[in-house]
Parts: sequence; structure tokens; C-alpha cells
Amino acid sequence: MSRSPLRPIAKVLRAREDGVDPALIEAQAKAKRMRKQRTSERRRAESRLILLALTFVMGFGAVGWKMALLAASEPEEPRTTRITVQIINQRADIVDRNGIILATNLATTSLFAHPQDMVDPVAAADGLAQIFPDLDAEDLLRVFLSERKFVWIKRKLSPEQHQLVYDLGEPGLQFGPRELRLYPNGNLAAHILGGTSFGREGVHAAEVIGMAGVELMYDEFLRDPANAGAPLELSIDMSVQAAMRRVLRGGMAMMGAKGAAAVLMDVHTGQIIAMVSLPDFDPNHRPNPPVSGDPADSPLFNRAAQGKYELGSTFKIFTAAIAMEEGIATPTTMVNTAGPLRWGRFTIRDFHNYGARLSLMDVIVKSSNIGSANLAREFGAQAQQDMLRALGFFDKLAVELPEARRSKPLIPSNWSELSTMTIAYGHGLAATPLHLAAAYAMMTNGGLRIEPTLLKDATLPSEEDRVISQETSDILRDMLRQVVVRGTASLAEVEGYQVGGKTGTADKPNPQGGYYDDKVITTFAGVFPTSDPQYVLVVSLDEPVEDSGLEARRTAGWTAVPVAAEIIRRIAPLMGIRPEYYDDETNPAVTLTSN
Amino acid sequence: MRGLLLIFGVGLVIFFATWAYRVNYRTQEAIARVDSLHHQISTERETIAVLRAEWAYLNRPERLLALSEKHFSILRLMPLHPGHFDEISRVAYPEVVPDAAISEDPLLNMLIAAAIAEIQEESE
Repeated sequence: MSRSPLRPIAKVLRAREDGVDPALIEAQAKAKRMRKQRTSERRRAESRLILLALTFVMGFGAVGWKMALLAASEPEEPRTTRITVQIINQRADIVDRNGIILATNLATTSLFAHPQDMVDPVAAADGLAQIFPDLDAEDLLRVFLSERKFVWIKRKLSPEQHQLVYDLGEPGLQFGPRELRLYPNGNLAAHILGGTSFGREGVHAAEVIGMAGVELMYDEFLRDPANAGAPLELSIDMSVQAAMRRVLRGGMAMMGAKGAAAVLMDVHTGQIIAMVSLPDFDPNHRPNPPVSGDPADSPLFNRAAQGKYELGSTFKIFTAAIAMEEGIATPTTMVNTAGPLRWGRFTIRDFHNYGARLSLMDVIVKSSNIGSANLAREFGAQAQQDMLRALGFFDKLAVELPEARRSKPLIPSNWSELSTMTIAYGHGLAATPLHLAAAYAMMTNGGLRIEPTLLKDATLPSEEDRVISQETSDILRDMLRQVVVRGTASLAEVEGYQVGGKTGTADKPNPQGGYYDDKVITTFAGVFPTSDPQYVLVVSLDEPVEDSGLEARRTAGWTAVPVAAEIIRRIAPLMGIRPEYYDDETNPAVTLTSN
Repeated sequence: MRGLLLIFGVGLVIFFATWAYRVNYRTQEAIARVDSLHHQISTERETIAVLRAEWAYLNRPERLLALSEKHFSILRLMPLHPGHFDEISRVAYPEVVPDAAISEDPLLNMLIAAAIAEIQEESE
């Protein structure tokens, strides 16, 4: 473009020649220049404004576009910060005191049919009958040809069965996920665990609900997802339970007994380390409750926690305790045992004639009914009732089993003097072996009240729960030891463990009235080691007979005691109790604290 | 100059837009991967539960008892009884002659001899 100079000399010279004022020319040029400048400035300003406007439009446009997008899309939670969700089973595990699994859930499948989708019902029915021997091919075929839209075939399948049914290739047979409750240890702790069944059943899941035992008692806890899968810890030790069941089963078979029960309890806390009731069942296939016959004969019946029996001479130790607490006797006090003792038209006899008098110690060691009855006459019904109430014989068991709901012992409605005398040697009051174990624990742990429990709960009782004094407890320990050293339970001697205990043989009541002549319930309530008691073992056999000798023997000393001795011999090393050897002369196991 | 700046600015915008696009899609992929990992974790947890149940079943007392009886000739396992416990002081120590040289280092030999003498004093 042509440059126009600031001072247009050519134009000025021409203007001078023409006679026009040159200042005009300069003014014209200046005006032209000014105009051009203004235009360019305006253009620049305009372009700046447009640029700015564009920027704002872009900014607001982007915001508006994003808003439009958000308004049009589905609402969704922010997913970049997801907390790890732990997949918890529907039902928590049950474990023993060492963490070994007693009950757990397993994911399996269930099998159902849609008859309307079936391609070949005949082949399907035959195939299923082959895989599952308990299903009938004709019944299945009838169902598959019917108008039903949905049929359950099997509620739990193993993986192998699943594969076999799948291989049939029938689209009308379908599977749904299911969790099943598995008890890996079979019959062990059957009465304690109880068993489960399915509640509401759907295709995608089924509710597992407890039916008995701890599964029913803690159903809410086991199903509560807020526990984050924490297992239920029982006080049971599974190896001890296994050993005890094995020995008890052998003993029951050897003695020809029709039932047996055993309880091992921690003396200081009341925790049940093992509890066996025979006959038992497999909780994986819990049998149906019996509809006829005596319910006490069914394997579902827990003889340790439900069975109420007259416990016999094992009660004499409570009589001795009451006598010592009331201050009417010491271990060396002579008690009248001249028999037979007559009260009205009733006669009380001893097993043998023990002479005219025995010391209190010997009343227990030799197990004299007459001696106990005479002591009871002295201290009276009120003292006896108070002590038995403190020992828990008037209430149902506090143990965590729903079967214990109706375990309140049978006590006489009219507690006459005769009742007092017979209850002193264990006849007239029917209680469970678990009641007896708890009472013996209270007698030998120093005199403090405990309650039987199945949970791993180590709370110790305090002085407020005192039932008998410490001195009385020590004397009772010595008495129980002497019963084994020189009394009716001499077969209970296990080397190294200073076993002490009391035997009890009670005739079984005849439903038609009176008692049977040749059927007994024998009990042995033992405590070991008596130098420092840790555990109470109660063994009870139903109708045992020891017939290895020339004549049949039915007393507890020959039946329940050997079984209990073998149990202690087997489980005390398992629990890590070190055998201690005492010499009666120089280093006796138990020393009398009062004379 | 202004034109260059403009081009540079536009270039920056393009760059940032591409970067945001890529980050967006990478995030979506990461979320999908997290989902699939959660699914895998739940499957693994189920497997662990099945294995624990299987382990408990294989370790049940009847089976272990049957196995120990079946292989008795090799294992010779018997139930524990009180006679299996004893005092540690009744375990016999091997006889050691204190003058015997155990190593070539005389200082070490002296230390070992002193230790043996101390143990024998304690056990008496």
C-alpha cells in the first residue's frame, strides 16, 4: 500500500502553485490520518469485545451443557470410594473353646422342577430315581405330567449329585443356591448343638433356623449380620467330649445299660467342658420326635439336662454340709446308725448293718441311710430346704438350652419330717445330673455359688455368692476323698489324680406304683484332683448290670464308678492336669483343717 | 503475535479436552475392575468357607481315631494316661568327659568345660 508522508511536500508545492492554502492540505491529511486511526482502534476494541464475549459464551455454554447432561442422566451414587463389603454367611459358626468348628454353613444348591418346561419327563423321572434312591420314579412322573408350575425335588444337593442331575440335560430341572448347616463332627455334642432346618424357602435362598439346643437358643445371635460373622464360642472342649463319649459308650455297652449321661464341669466357673447323653443322634439328620412310647427313651432326649432322676446317696454330702453349717456335727461326731429306723409305717434300712454308731465321716464313707436320716431329723426341714434352694435344686437349670426350660426338679408338695429324712439320702426329690454337678461344684470350689453355663465365660463368683463356709468345703473335699480311698467308690482311684466322689444307687420308680426290684439308676459324682479341685464329673447309668462275676451287681460302686474312673484316666492328661503323687502318711493329698 | 497466542490457546484447550476425556475413560475402567475384583473376592471367600468345612470334616475325631488305628504299626499311638508324665530332672544327660577337647580353640574348650561343670553341679 502506498505510504502517505506526514508532510506531503508534493501536494504542498502543487497547492502553492495553484494558490490554495497549504495549511488546508495538511489539515486534510491529518484528518485522514485521524480517521484511519479511529477506525483501526475501533476495530481492535470490537475484536477484543468479541473475543471476551466468546470466552464468556464458551464458559457459560460449557456449564449449561454439563447441567443439561446431568439433568438427562440417571442418578448414581459416587462409586470411586466403595468400602470393602465382607461377604458374611447367613448364619454364624459355632466353635468350641479352642476354636474348632462345631457347626458351619456350606454353600450348596437345591433342585426344583418346572414341569411346563420339561422336554422329556419320563427320562427325567427315571434319571432322578437312579441318582436319588429315596425318590420314586412313578411319583416323580406323575408330578411332572401334572399341571403344577413349580415342584421342589431336593432341598440340598452335594456337588456330585449336582453334576449328575446337570448331566441329565433336562431344561425343566433347575438349580438354586442354598446354604446348608453342616456339623462336621457327626454325633459329637449332638444334644448341645441341637440341629437346624429350613424356614422360609425360596429359589435363591432359604432361611436356616435352629430347632433345638444352642442353635435354637442363640438363633437371633447367629443370624444377626451386625456381629460380622463372629462365631459363637462354647465352653465345650471337643477332644474331651470325643474321649468322654467313647468311654461312656463303651461303658454303657459293657454294663448293658439302656442309657447313660455324663457331665464334666469346671468347678470355679460352672463352664461345662463336656456333656454327653446316650443314646444320641446325628444333628445333620435330626430324627423326628417320637409319637409313641416313653419320650425319655428317644435319642433326642437329653438325659443330662432334661432327665429327672432320684439321685440317691449322692445327696448325703449335702446332709453332711447342712449338719456342719448348722453346727450340730463335726467329722468325728458319732451319729446313731442303729437300724432299721422306723417312722410311722415306713422303715429305713442300710445296705449293711453298720453297728450302733458311726462318725459323720464314716456315715458318708460307708453311705449310711439311717445316719443321714437321723441327722436330718436334728436340723429339720427348714435348714434342708434353705440349703437345697441355695444349691439350685428348687429352680430350673440356668444352662443355655431350651430343653432345660422344664428341668425344675420334682419336690414334695408336703415336706413332712418323713420327706426330710428320705431326701437326706436322696429319695423323694428328682433332679437332673446337671443340677447335681453344679451342686457338687459349689460344695468343693470353696463354697461359692456357680451356675452351669455352655458359653466360654470366665466370670468367677465372689464372696457375695457364698453357700457354705470355706472350712466346710475343705472338710467335704476330704470326706469325698475318703469315700474313694476306703469307701464305696474304691474303683474310682486313678493314679496321680486323687479322685474323690460319692456313689448313689436309686431304684427306678415303677409307673404302676412302687419301685422296681432289679432296675436301678446308678450315679457317681466325682471331683478331681481333691488336693485342689478343678473339675466335677457326674456319670449316670440307666439300668446297668455288672455281670462279669458270679452274681449280678447293680450298685454304683461296680457300674458307674469304673466308667467314671476310665473317663478321668482318659481326659485328665488331655486337659493337661499334671498327676501328683501323694503319700497318705508323710504327704497326704487333703489335710483336715478342723478336728 | 496475537495470532500465535490465539493458536497456542486453542491448542491448550484441545490438549486439556483430550486429557479430560482419557482420564474419564480410565476412571470408568478402574471402577469396572474394582467391581470385578469384589466379585472375585466374594467367590474366594465362599471357597474358603467350603475348605474350612472340609478341613473340619477331615479332622473329626472318629476319622483321626480310625486312621491312627489303621496305621498303628507305623504310628504306635496310644491314648495318653497318667504314666506318661514325669519330672524333667529324671531325663538322663549323656556322660561327658570334661577334659576332652571339643574344638581347636583353647578358649572355647575352657568355656565349654566350665559350662558342663556348672550344669553337673546344679543337677546334683
